[in-house]
Amino acid sequence: MADTGDNVHLTVEFSGGLEMLFSNRRKHSVSLPKISPKGTPVTIDFLVKYLCDHLMKDSRKDLFIMEDNVRPGILVLINDSDWELEGEADYEIQPNDNIMFVSTLHGG
Amino acid sequence: MDQTIRNLREQISLCERQLHALKVQLNNAEERAILEAQAKPEMSFDLSGGGQDAWQMEILGVLGHESPRKNAWPLMPQEYKRYGRQLILPEIGLNGQLRLKNTSVLIVGVGGLGCPAAAYLAGAGVGTIGLVDGDIVEESNLHRQTLHTTEKVGMSKVDSATFYLKSLNPTIKYVSHRTHLNPQNAPDIFRHYDLVLDCTDNPASRYLISDLCVLLGKTLVSASALRMEGQLLILNYPPRAPGDSSGGPCYRCVFPKPPPAETVVTCGEGGVLGPVVGVMGVLQALEAIKVIVDDSHLLSSQSETPSLLLFSAYGTPPFRSIRLRSRRPRCACCSEQPSVSLASLSSGSLDYQLFCGIANPANILNPRERVSPREYAKTLVTTRSVLDRGLPKDHVLIDVRERVQFDLCSIEGSINIPFSQINAPVRSNPSTREQSVASSSSPSTNPDQNAMEVDGKVSEGQRNELVMPWVHFIHKAALEKPIYVVCRFGNDSQVTVKKFKEAGLDLSGRRWVGDIKNGLRGWRTHVDKDFPEY
Ligand SMILES: [Zn+2]
Repeated sequence: MADTGDNVHLTVEFSGGLEMLFSNRRKHSVSLPKISPKGTPVTIDFLVKYLCDHLMKDSRKDLFIMEDNVRPGILVLINDSDWELEGEADYEIQPNDNIMFVSTLHGG
Repeated sequence: MDQTIRNLREQISLCERQLHALKVQLNNAEERAILEAQAKPEMSFDLSGGGQDAWQMEILGVLGHESPRKNAWPLMPQEYKRYGRQLILPEIGLNGQLRLKNTSVLIVGVGGLGCPAAAYLAGAGVGTIGLVDGDIVEESNLHRQTLHTTEKVGMSKVDSATFYLKSLNPTIKYVSHRTHLNPQNAPDIFRHYDLVLDCTDNPASRYLISDLCVLLGKTLVSASALRMEGQLLILNYPPRAPGDSSGGPCYRCVFPKPPPAETVVTCGEGGVLGPVVGVMGVLQALEAIKVIVDDSHLLSSQSETPSLLLFSAYGTPPFRSIRLRSRRPRCACCSEQPSVSLASLSSGSLDYQLFCGIANPANILNPRERVSPREYAKTLVTTRSVLDRGLPKDHVLIDVRERVQFDLCSIEGSINIPFSQINAPVRSNPSTREQSVASSSSPSTNPDQNAMEVDGKVSEGQRNELVMPWVHFIHKAALEKPIYVVCRFGNDSQVTVKKFKEAGLDLSGRRWVGDIKNGLRGWRTHVDKDFPEY
C-alpha cells in the first residue's frame, strides 16, 4: 500500500493475548484518514476506536476498552516507547508508526 | 481401593518428608565438616604428602601470611573452583563474587519462574536465598517447574526446591517461608533481604510485592509468562525513598490500575509452555546478578530510561525492549504523598484482593436453565438417547471450549462451537461458512459434516439482517430439540445460553436451552471418572 495524500499507513501489533481478539494475528497493516471527521489530525484515541469498530473480531469490547479508554492492564507503545512518554491518547499518528498494544501477563 | 491408594500415598509422602529432613541434616553436617577441615590447614598439608617444613613457614612469612591457620584469600579455596568460570569474567571478578556472597535474595513463588531463577542464583553463589511459597507440588507443575520431581508431588514447593538447591550448592544459606504472602506477614519476611524476585502468578501479589519493595527500599526483578509469551521488568532501580524522582518506577507507576479481574488469565486457563516461562526465570536470575554486582547503580544510570522486555516465542524478533516511563509524580506508592505505607499494610486497611477484584464464577442463569452432570447423564439413559449418526437423537449437546481442548477429549455426540466464535461480532453477511464447527464423532469421516455446515439458506434465524454466524448452524443441527451447553468449568456455558436465548434459539420458550453445571469438571467428578483431567 503506497501512501496516498489522504491516508496515513501504520503498523499495529497486539501481544499478551490481545491478538486473539484481532483474528489471532499479531501484526496488522492499518490505513487511517490523515484528518479525522472532526477536522483534526488522527490520534491514538481515534485509532483505538477505529480498531474497535473495524478490526476487532470479538464482541467483548470490554476486553480492549473501558470507558472509552484502553482498559487497565494494557500498555500502549508508540515505536517501542510507553505512550506516556509521547503524549498518550493525544499523540498524533505519523506515517509508518508502529503502535503496539500489550496486555500484561500475570502467570508464573 | 481408592482408600488404599490414598493411604499408601500418604505413608510414602510422610517417609519422603522424613528422608528429606534427614538428608538436610546430613547436608548441614557435611557442610560443617568441610568448613572445619578448611579451618585446619595443617590437615590438608598432611594429606598433600609433605610435612610442614620450616621453609614453608618461611615462604608463608614472606607472603605476609602470619599463620597458615588463617585463610588469607577472600574466598574459600573451593569457592575459587566452584565459581571459577564466572570469576574470570571482567563483569564479575572477585568483587562481584564477594557481592554475590554477601547478598540475600528473596524469591517469591517457587513455580515456573522461581525454579530456574533460584537454581541459577544458587549456582552463582548468592549468599542467602529465601523462598516463599505456600503451595504444594502438583503433577501439572512438573512440565515447567524444573526443581520439582515426580516423587515430590504433594510436598511443599519450598521444601522440594530447597532439597534440590542444597544438592546443587550446599555452601550457601537457604531460608524457607512455607506460606502465602499477605500484607501482614510480608514486611517481616522482606526486611531480611537485599533484593526481591517476583515469581508469582497473580496481580494482587504483584502490587503487594512492589509496594513492599518501595517501602523497604529494595530493587525488584519482576517477570511473568503465559502461553508463548513473557514479560520482564526491573522496578525501583535504583531503589530510592518515596518522593525521590531519581528512583526507578514501581509496579504502580507502570500499571496504576489493576486489570479487570475477568481479563486476568491464569496458566491453568490459558496454558503455558515450559521453556517460555523458563526463559523468563533465567532472565530474572541474570538481571538479579547484574543488579547485585553493579553496586554503584551504574547500569541503571547508563540506560536512560527503565525498560520492559517482551518475549514472544513466535514473535519476529522474539525479544523486544520497550522504553518505560520514570516514576509517576502522583504514584500511590513511590511519590511524595503516597497512600500506601507500612502502617496501612499492617493495619489491614489495604486489601489487595479487593483492589484487584475477584472474578466471580458466572451465576447468570436461573436453576431451571441448568442441569447437574448427573441429571444430564440420567437424561441420556431414561430417554434412551442413542446416538444417531454420531449425534444424540432427542437433543443436542454443544461444547463451547476452544477447538484444541475439544480435540483433547469430549463427550460422545457433542458438537463444538468455540466460545471465541460465540463471541464473534455480529456480521451482516450470513453466508460466511462456519469453519470451526466440529463434531466429536470423528469429524473427518462424518457424512453429516457437509450437512452441518452453514449454507446460509436457513431462514428461521434471519429475523433481522445482523445474524450471529452460528445461529443458522444450530437451527439446522437442533431443529426443535432441547439444547444443552457444556464447557470446562461451567462459566462460559452460562454466557453462551444467555446469548443463544438472545439470538432467539429458545423459539420463544418452546425449546429448552440450558447448561450443564460445573462443566466437564463436574462431569468427571460425578459421572465419568475416566474423563481426562487437564
Ligand atoms: Zn510508583
